[in-house]
Amino acid sequence: MHPAPSVIIFTTLSGIGFGMLAWLGIDATPPQGWVAFAFFFIAYALAVGGLISSTFHLGHPERALKAFTQWRTSWLSREGVCAVAGLCVIGLYAAALIFLGTHLPILGWIGAALSLLTVFTTSMIYGQLATIPRWNTPLTSVLYLAYALTGGALLTGRVSIAITLLLVTTAVQIMWWLRGDKAFADRGSSLETATGLGNLGTVRSVAHPHTSPNYLMKEFIHVVGRKHAQKLRIISLILMAGLPILLLSIHVGHIFALLAVLSHVAGVATSRWLFFAEAEHTVGLYYGMR
Amino acid sequence: MTTLPQSTEKKLGLVIDLDTCVGCHACVISCKGWNTENYGAPLSDQNPYGDEPMGTFLNRVHSYEVTSPGETAKTVHFPKSCLHCENAPCVTVCPTGASYKRQEDGIVLVNEKDCIGCGLCAWACPYGARELDQAEGVMKKCTLCVDRIYNENLPEVDRTPACVRTCPAGARHFGDFADPESNVSKLTAERGGMDLMPELNTAPVNKYLPPRPKDTWDFEESVLAPFLAPVAEETTGFLGWLDKQLSKLPGDKETN
Amino acid sequence: MPFKQPDIDTSPKVSDEIRKTTCYMCACRCGINVHMKDGKVAYIEGNRDHPVNQGVLCAKGSAGIMQVNAPSRLRKPLKRVGPRGSGEYQEISWEEAMSTAVGWLTELHETAPHKLAFFTGRDQSQSFTSFWAQHFGTPNYAAHGGFCSVNMAAGGIYTMGGAFWEFGQPDWDHTKLFMLFGVAEDHDSNPIKMGIGKIKARGAKVIGVNPVRNGYNAVADEWVGITPGTDGLFILALVHELMKAGKIDLDYLAQFTNAPVLIDKDTGLFLRDDDGKPLVMDRITGKLTPFDQKDVQPSLSATHEGHRTVMGLMAEKYLDPKYAPEAVAEATGVSAKKIKTIAAELARVAFDEAIELDREWTDFRGNTHSKMTGRPVSMHAMRGISAHSNGFQTCRALHVLQILLGTVETPGGFRFKPPYPKPVEAHPTPHGDRRPGKALEGPHLGFPRGPEDLLLDSDGNPQRIDKAFSWENPMSAHGLMHMVISNAYAQDPYPIDTLFMYMANMSWNSSMNTSGVIEMLTARNDSGGYRIPRIIYSDAYSSEMVAYADLILPDTTYLERHDCISLLDRPICEADGAADAIRWPVIEPDREVRGFQSVLIELGARIGLPAFMKEDGSPKWKDYADYIVNHERKPGIGPLSGWRGEDGDKTGRGAVNPDQMDAYIENGGFHIHHVPSEAAYYKPWNAAYQDWAVDLGLYDSPQPYLFQLYSEPMRKFQRAAEGHGDRVPPEHLRDRLKEVMDPLPIWYEPFEEQAVNTKEYPIHALTQRPMAMYHSWGAQNAWLRQLHGKNPLYVPQKLWDEHGFKEGDWARVTSTHGSITVPVALQAALNENTVWTWNAIGKRKGAWALSEDAPEAREGFLLNHLIHELLPPKGDGLRWANSDPITGQAAWFDLRVKIERVDTPAEAQPAMQPLKSPVEQGPDTLEWKVGK
Ligand SMILES: Nc1nc2c(c(=O)[nH]1)N[C@H]1C(S)=C(S)[C@@H](COP(=O)(O)OP(=O)(O)OC[C@H]3O[C@@H](n4cnc5c(=O)[nH]c(N)nc54)[C@H](O)[C@@H]3O)O[C@H]1N2
Ligand SMILES: Nc1nc2c(c(=O)[nH]1)N[C@H]1C(S)=C(S)[C@@H](COP(=O)(O)OP(=O)(O)OC[C@H]3O[C@@H](n4cnc5c(=O)[nH]c(N)nc54)[C@H](O)[C@@H]3O)O[C@H]1N2
Ligand code: SF4
Ligand code: SF4
Ligand code: SF4
Ligand code: SF4
Ligand code: SF4
Ligand SMILES: [Mo]
Repeated sequence: MHPAPSVIIFTTLSGIGFGMLAWLGIDATPPQGWVAFAFFFIAYALAVGGLISSTFHLGHPERALKAFTQWRTSWLSREGVCAVAGLCVIGLYAAALIFLGTHLPILGWIGAALSLLTVFTTSMIYGQLATIPRWNTPLTSVLYLAYALTGGALLTGRVSIAITLLLVTTAVQIMWWLRGDKAFADRGSSLETATGLGNLGTVRSVAHPHTSPNYLMKEFIHVVGRKHAQKLRIISLILMAGLPILLLSIHVGHIFALLAVLSHVAGVATSRWLFFAEAEHTVGLYYGMR
Repeated sequence: MTTLPQSTEKKLGLVIDLDTCVGCHACVISCKGWNTENYGAPLSDQNPYGDEPMGTFLNRVHSYEVTSPGETAKTVHFPKSCLHCENAPCVTVCPTGASYKRQEDGIVLVNEKDCIGCGLCAWACPYGARELDQAEGVMKKCTLCVDRIYNENLPEVDRTPACVRTCPAGARHFGDFADPESNVSKLTAERGGMDLMPELNTAPVNKYLPPRPKDTWDFEESVLAPFLAPVAEETTGFLGWLDKQLSKLPGDKETN
Repeated sequence: MPFKQPDIDTSPKVSDEIRKTTCYMCACRCGINVHMKDGKVAYIEGNRDHPVNQGVLCAKGSAGIMQVNAPSRLRKPLKRVGPRGSGEYQEISWEEAMSTAVGWLTELHETAPHKLAFFTGRDQSQSFTSFWAQHFGTPNYAAHGGFCSVNMAAGGIYTMGGAFWEFGQPDWDHTKLFMLFGVAEDHDSNPIKMGIGKIKARGAKVIGVNPVRNGYNAVADEWVGITPGTDGLFILALVHELMKAGKIDLDYLAQFTNAPVLIDKDTGLFLRDDDGKPLVMDRITGKLTPFDQKDVQPSLSATHEGHRTVMGLMAEKYLDPKYAPEAVAEATGVSAKKIKTIAAELARVAFDEAIELDREWTDFRGNTHSKMTGRPVSMHAMRGISAHSNGFQTCRALHVLQILLGTVETPGGFRFKPPYPKPVEAHPTPHGDRRPGKALEGPHLGFPRGPEDLLLDSDGNPQRIDKAFSWENPMSAHGLMHMVISNAYAQDPYPIDTLFMYMANMSWNSSMNTSGVIEMLTARNDSGGYRIPRIIYSDAYSSEMVAYADLILPDTTYLERHDCISLLDRPICEADGAADAIRWPVIEPDREVRGFQSVLIELGARIGLPAFMKEDGSPKWKDYADYIVNHERKPGIGPLSGWRGEDGDKTGRGAVNPDQMDAYIENGGFHIHHVPSEAAYYKPWNAAYQDWAVDLGLYDSPQPYLFQLYSEPMRKFQRAAEGHGDRVPPEHLRDRLKEVMDPLPIWYEPFEEQAVNTKEYPIHALTQRPMAMYHSWGAQNAWLRQLHGKNPLYVPQKLWDEHGFKEGDWARVTSTHGSITVPVALQAALNENTVWTWNAIGKRKGAWALSEDAPEAREGFLLNHLIHELLPPKGDGLRWANSDPITGQAAWFDLRVKIERVDTPAEAQPAMQPLKSPVEQGPDTLEWKVGK
């Protein structure tokens, strides 16, 4: 898949943002006043910023409201609904904390659930796609939720939880990759099944329908970055988990925490880039390219 | 709607005959022509006179080669447009309801007015049958020429998809798969019409007729040898045979 | 929110109006319905009533809208201001353009008409352009046939009075076995596809003989991946097998061919009676009898005083073991087993699956037959066999094979389209006299019957600039357009003054040796002037050729002009009907362009050619439309056959009808006159057909004839080479002519193969036409160029492995003449010693209103750089043409190359200097919709 920056930014940032909101929502002793403002501001900036970024790849962002209508069937629609609901509920919760100094735990729990549900719906947008076997697994949801909770923990300053979660997420990520590497083959789709010509022999593409790359090839076939995948995987793990754990273990302090957060975000973004760049869509079969 | 209809009254679709398609791209361009001028936004072209021209097409023809050890290699031209799946994943993913499968005939369409151009339906389609138009920002796909097949401004014979009407080799057939007596149902039954990527359970309506067996003379011992039993090995013998044959010839009985 | 399925308009208005005319995106000439919205072209589809395409349309046809709106269209006459080849032009008025041309041409007409060479390329108005040239008085006229497929045309006409090309067709409705040789697309583009579709629908078999397997050969049930240039050998092996097994149609051969004709043992010419009629031996009476007598029963095996029949000579020749499948297998690359199986299948279908139509017919001898017996084997072939230096004989061999099986003009076999069949005798002979201020005495092109018809001056030198109808290529029925520029440059046989061309991209894809031709076009004399002093060119688009002319006459596009697809020329007939067609301006040009034929009409009148003027000196015709309706070739016969006579009720022959054009428009742009069913087969011998053809004006009297298995005209040239007669070839050509002018088909190694070291150049290199592109003009079409924007060199598995190629690699391809560096791609379904590419995809930078980084100009390439119009020197001091020695057909497909893997260059080589474009480049985006 084409690793579009807008989608990478979206999933990375909004995941962390909603993760923060979830942690803030269930916090038994949440911050209040300006401190609360600061936390919620960052969380909202990330969640909403991510969502806005996701509209950059829309052909008609001005019609975005229509995307709320098909929640019965569409995970994308559900994501929108959950996101808005989550942001509203947490918004009330946050307002109460910031302006009234009041903690409304039930609202917080509901908001947290909605935030995680949003992350889950995001994951399902990808996880549901049978066309991309690498994504098409419940593990994708686990992965997204793990990233969100980890990032959220990190950014809300839950150091020990964050360290644990970084380790868990690392494990989930590795499992996801290992499964993903076999996924296309396991699904059994090949140019032979794609053309129905398999019983005649091995099928090979001799000529593309059009000589220049088309939308489909640009969107679904991304062979360039894959060569460096293994290296990038290691880099992403180091940035996402290794370095943050190291930094957090050395010293608890703002600078180190900030560096840990930046490293983590960079790591997550790298992982997301790989999430797309390594994903092979069945359309690639038709072009003999995957 | 993004919920698929339980069943549709008709199941309109195409049969594509891979034994007959010569790969001429006629269907590609007539589709481009009709759909540029008709249903929804024109199918745009980026860089039409420059490097890497890229246009929106609803139907494209691939060329494949099939090889098998010890057999003569084969070429198969392979047209592909939307298969109007019964179990269309492109419809259920659509957040806006722009993508829908019609209750009455099963045609999968995009309502361009509602489409936000998120591209998700194209991601969900295993076949590469949907293309996001780069100028208009809406999703484009084969409409099965819904604006032709019922069009009362067209003569009855022309109420057929543009690609079918134009295909010079007659490799494309249009009809109702819900009717077992239709041309498409019969062809599918007779020639073993097949689904593409059946493992994905999309239940495509369009069917592909496989190429017939080819190059059998490369390997079989010929059963035709008796047709070539020599009448003579050399000239004199041959001319002698000619004489005999000719005297057997009835002349021309009808001669009057 | 419950979802409501949107209401959509399933009956939108399709258009305001449909205008029916004829497609010109290629030479197939299908009928089109042009849907108009707001006076603009909105959509083009096939015309269901049209005899050629019956409603279907190819990719090019559907893309016509992108052609008539292409940014590459020329807009105004141009005068060259920079040096030739720079592309520097100034737009001028039509008046300036016309008076310049009139000035140049009038002088030539009056003093030395042969110094005008007028060649018209892909011309669909040849009967008119030749008429113009004939009245101008230059012997130097031809269209593109000589480099195209004259072998096929002449081979057919000399053998059976009609050819493949688009002049005949398989009996698609009845055939049970179809064999296709060397065709990627052909002129009958849509009809062949429709025919193959019909055959496939019936489950009948298709055999494809072609080194490359795609397109038609991809759907062939049996593919014969033959070694290029060896079809003649393969065909003669089939002949050998069929004759040996006696699987030949004896009755047909005896009745309708010259198989029973006795050949004079001394001269090799026919034994004839006092009236000149060829003689046969009657089996019943045992007497020598003219072939055409009623009730004659010709003997195939007779001898008479040592004179033998053609059949006897054939038996001797083709039963020779050198034609046995085992003997030809290695050279042809086809196993003996496969050759035998094909021969057997041909025999089985022709004789065991014979069909009979219950149709009574009477032959030219007056014998009535109660049935029409069909041998449902049909064949078609085109440039794959004809574009070789042994192509003429190969084409003849193929026709002989068809005839032996009795499959020509019988049900299920191959059928002629009117005005064919037409024996050689009914065709003109060539004319090449030159008389200042006068017209030529007859048409330029024709079919020589023997040395007496050659166009040689008193010293034996060629009269034509292309040396057509000279000893170098005596039967060059279509001229040799590919030799014009090199001969004019060499001033051999004489210098010319003005090269006037129409619709031929001679500085690019239609020339062999493209870079060399460009040099010749720009070469100068000692005095600094151009060696070819003046070049006038008419094109509709900004092609590569535009840059090399001094004066450009911009043509209209096909939807903006009148045209005539005439029975006098290359009509649109079907086997069951004589048909012709028109084009008419369904839109008006938005630029200062004029239809080229109308321009010629004005030039003719202004030069003062009597045929173009009335008695009073005023122009005879206003424009081409006026000519189409009012010109009469012979009394009552004009360019169009439909709706003749004052009331428009006559067909074929009839007075001029001033409303004829409207009648054509009314009828969808064409006219068809059906062949009666009793005349539908056996046409060369069928009295009903002959009478029908005379009525229609195709001939003036019935012209029945025998198929010429043995070609007497060839024997006459061969005899001359043996030293007989008063016109004999020069010494150096004699041996060659003795060999190749064999009156019975033979096979010889293609000349390039004989001339080059095949160990060094082991690979055959070919081109094919893509179905969706027409020569060089596809690339200006925004939709079509996306289909074929580059053309890799396809390499077979064996060579691929040998050279260690990988996807994305490039190769240097070298012939004895030159070298190109190009991208490669693997194709397994390919003859193992052959590489190929699509024809004419490569473009020169700056042409066709494309950006300079267009893939066509960066990666696209021409194979033409490797092909020379002359063979490599043999050391005899002579340069031999790379053409068929009989017809002069350019031997495009004899090319031998070697390849090597090279590092990826920045672009395909040779990369030529960009041209300065006379038009602006196209827009960055298209969102084409007329009826918004
Ligand atoms: N390597 C290789 N070379 C080949 C061949 C091959 O097989 N292989 N094939 C050969 C054969 S058979 C042929 S016929 C030639 C064809 O080659 P060409 O005769 O050069 O034919 P085209 O490329 O069709 O273009 C002729 C010109 O006609 C112009 N034109 C198009 N429409 C119009 C119009 O309406 N009016 C006017 N005035 N001009 C117009 C085009 O712009 C173009 O410049 O190529 C030959 N060259
Ligand atoms: N779409 C489209 N249609 C066209 C044209 C076009 O440019 N585009 N051009 C028109 C013109 S001008 C012409 S002349 C016709 C030509 O139409 P075709 O005769 O189909 O010409 P080519 O495309 O050159 O194809 C020649 C075929 O012969 C094969 N071949 C080469 N050498 C041999 C051989 O030795 N033996 C055998 N058996 N096969 C061989 C090649 O692989 C190729 O498939 O097409 C006309 N129609
Ligand atoms: S038009 Fe017909 S023959 Fe041509 S590519 Fe399309 S399906 Fe194949
Ligand atoms: S082919 Fe693709 S776009 Fe068409 S219905 Fe099936 S999934 Fe949807
Ligand atoms: S691109 Fe349009 S049709 Fe496709 S899923 Fe998005 S909104 Fe629906
Ligand atoms: S049915 Fe219509 S829209 Fe679909 S591929 Fe054919 S022409 Fe295009
Ligand atoms: S074959 Fe195609 S391009 Fe040629 S005349 Fe017919 S429709 Fe036009
Ligand atoms: Mo040609």
